[in-house]
Amino acid sequence: MVWERGGAMLGSYRVLDLTDDQGLYCGQLLGYLGADVIKVEHPGGDKSRLIPPFLHGVLGVDNSLYWRSFNTNKRGITLNLDTAQGRNIFRELVRKADIVVESFPPGYMAQLGLDYNALNEVNGKVILTSISPFGQTGPHSKWKGSDLVCWAMGGLLAQTGDPDRPPVRISHINFAYQMAGADAAWGTAVALYWRGISGRGQHVTVSIQQSIAKTNFMAHEVFETTGKEQKRASSFYRVERSEVMLRSVWEAKDGYVAFLIFGGQWGATHDNPRLVEWINEEGMADDYLRGIDWAKLSWRRTPLDEVAKIHGYVERFFKSKTKAELLEGAIKRRIAIQPVNTPSDILEHPQLQARDYWQEMALADAMLVKFPSRFCLPSYSLCRQWMPAPRVGEHNAEVYEELLGISPEKLNRLKEASII
Amino acid sequence: MSERPLDGVKVVTFEHALAGPMTTEILGSYGAEVVRVETGTRLDWHRQAGPFIGNVSLPNRSACYLFVNSSKRAITLNLRLPKGIEIARRIVKWADVVVENFAGGVMAKMGLGYDDLCKVKPDIIMLSAGIYGQTGPFAHVKGHGGPLTALTGFPYITGFPGQEPQFPGFALTDFVAPRANVLAIVAALDYRRRTGKGQYLDASQFESAIHMLTPMVLEYEANGREPVGIGNRCGYAAPHGVYRCAGENRWCVIAVFTDDEWNALCRVMGDMEWAKQSRFQTPASRLDNEDELDGLVEQWTSTKQAEVIMKLLQEAGVPAGVVQTGADLDHDPQLTYRGFYRKLDHPDSIGSFTYSGMPARMSRTNYRITRAPMLGEDNEYVYTKILEMSDEEFVELMSGGLFE
Repeated sequence: MVWERGGAMLGSYRVLDLTDDQGLYCGQLLGYLGADVIKVEHPGGDKSRLIPPFLHGVLGVDNSLYWRSFNTNKRGITLNLDTAQGRNIFRELVRKADIVVESFPPGYMAQLGLDYNALNEVNGKVILTSISPFGQTGPHSKWKGSDLVCWAMGGLLAQTGDPDRPPVRISHINFAYQMAGADAAWGTAVALYWRGISGRGQHVTVSIQQSIAKTNFMAHEVFETTGKEQKRASSFYRVERSEVMLRSVWEAKDGYVAFLIFGGQWGATHDNPRLVEWINEEGMADDYLRGIDWAKLSWRRTPLDEVAKIHGYVERFFKSKTKAELLEGAIKRRIAIQPVNTPSDILEHPQLQARDYWQEMALADAMLVKFPSRFCLPSYSLCRQWMPAPRVGEHNAEVYEELLGISPEKLNRLKEASII
Repeated sequence: MSERPLDGVKVVTFEHALAGPMTTEILGSYGAEVVRVETGTRLDWHRQAGPFIGNVSLPNRSACYLFVNSSKRAITLNLRLPKGIEIARRIVKWADVVVENFAGGVMAKMGLGYDDLCKVKPDIIMLSAGIYGQTGPFAHVKGHGGPLTALTGFPYITGFPGQEPQFPGFALTDFVAPRANVLAIVAALDYRRRTGKGQYLDASQFESAIHMLTPMVLEYEANGREPVGIGNRCGYAAPHGVYRCAGENRWCVIAVFTDDEWNALCRVMGDMEWAKQSRFQTPASRLDNEDELDGLVEQWTSTKQAEVIMKLLQEAGVPAGVVQTGADLDHDPQLTYRGFYRKLDHPDSIGSFTYSGMPARMSRTNYRITRAPMLGEDNEYVYTKILEMSDEEFVELMSGGLFE
């Protein structure tokens, strides 16, 4: 395959991606912008290929829908870095690359003789991006992480969940890992930009704990400013300096919608009068609701029973309508009610369809699915899915021949020696 | 002062709330000169939201503003006056990058759309950090990260089995979007460096957040299953959860993926008899008996300090972590060692405020955080030094209310 992504923003760069689930997103994002990302896996495949869910529920290295989600835009090769010959081949690949991304435990690359200084000797312009739970240095740098550990240690987990249950993370998607992968992607791009000016590579290190500490709404800041701890409030919005909780997720007839009843000037000039009018038209309002002066309503100073009473009108109204009816009315009447969309809703969403967000991709023989096509829409360059996630070693022949001139015969010998 | 990777890059930003400001804060931390255009006639609500330093409700004291606005300059400019638009264009002429996060179409209506700005600066890079993007039937719909987090579907996979969908507790999409925005902007800068071409970047918070849900979309498309929250479990590791510890609202995460980690956990727990039972001896059997296992592990954790458990387990090689609160973050030894939080002084007797650092550290050209600007603090510098207005012009425009 000839690399023809010159029109994409990063179309002239090559990335060697050694990451596991902690850093898969980094290479994928760079790939969207056209970089030639080569996923380098241990022979047999990366362990993150065994993360559920699986195609048809069947465990298998090419069946993980999780892995397939975060490895598009990559070519896939295998290489055994535990052998001296494998490491030599890797150094040869580094000569042909601009970026190496890895998420091994800190110190492991040095054990292999492949730390930044070693790679810099092979290729003085190379950028090494390292992702690890707590960063490469410091008293906890060798500690083990996991997605949930990083949620906890970065201060995000304490904010999520019901007050009367344990704190809870978002299931299934390893959100902390994806945030760190995204941070690694822009960090790498920043280093690339500077390399373009200075001619020098460098070592970019991402701490997943810090990624999450930079992804929470003021845990540290509220403590510093008020001396108080935030409390988790589940589907409610806690009004500052009060016990008042405003509901943010509401039950509709056939699912859920999101809405906040703002007090004060914002509520008075935005949603509230329009919503009351709608409730009134449907015969579900009374004098009390019609008589509320929203501009004067301060939630902080409203007694809790009155907060509940006002919420009651909206609760009953939303329960009487479907998500679609609420959305249609919300757009017509300019009220910020939003349905809580399931994946099937998202796939049918008119906005995403109008913007051609979904791109068809083959998940298996005769199985085309819709896949997100981009993370941004540039006017000039391309940001898109270039190729589906690779099967284990899918591009061995192509990449080793193209980059290192390794013949099919030599490739076979390397395979027999368990190097590739 | 050490060199930074984006030194020399000039950014002007018309932003409010979180997603725009965090985008430019990152650029500024790595050396870009960022000028944020604000107005006192319609304050960013983050300047009004608090909590306020010293409990004094003033726009320069709002933590909600300070925490996403480090490392930039701020000017005030009244864009409702025609002259204001003219001045804004003069700033754009100076800049390499324009960022904005108003509702779709607002900039164009003011005469500051991409086409207008190209006339002023043909190779400008402009990013609109929109909610829904600039085209399509929802382009003009206003929104913010809270409801958007709900409508992307995250609540369906947040919470325990059988619970109604849970809001994840923070405006998630607001934090995802800046990452995608910075990547697009810096890549566009590199592309412009190589080709001389600028471009318009139409970013949608909705789209960048949905991207993270791809496994769930594929699960629905391929397997016909709508995903639900599974609490803190992960489906391929057990025990894996958040366990109650001694004290009020204290919790510790334990996440065991391998047999080695399980054996280490058992040793730390004191080789208890129950742990030797065959139904806990393989990863699969531990998953099959997860409810019981979680209860037994919590019996052990609930009488001990979360910090003690974390240290014992980590030293034995088991992934574990305290569910850290704001106070815990404040004295976290790792974050302290890495200098993640920086306490910086502010003028006007405001005192100090602590800023968080960046997630990505660079060996040759690291980031540097400077304190967030006061409202209109850099007016004189930007108008007289960058735009090279004469003192007379500056004073005349100021008295005409242009800088309000």
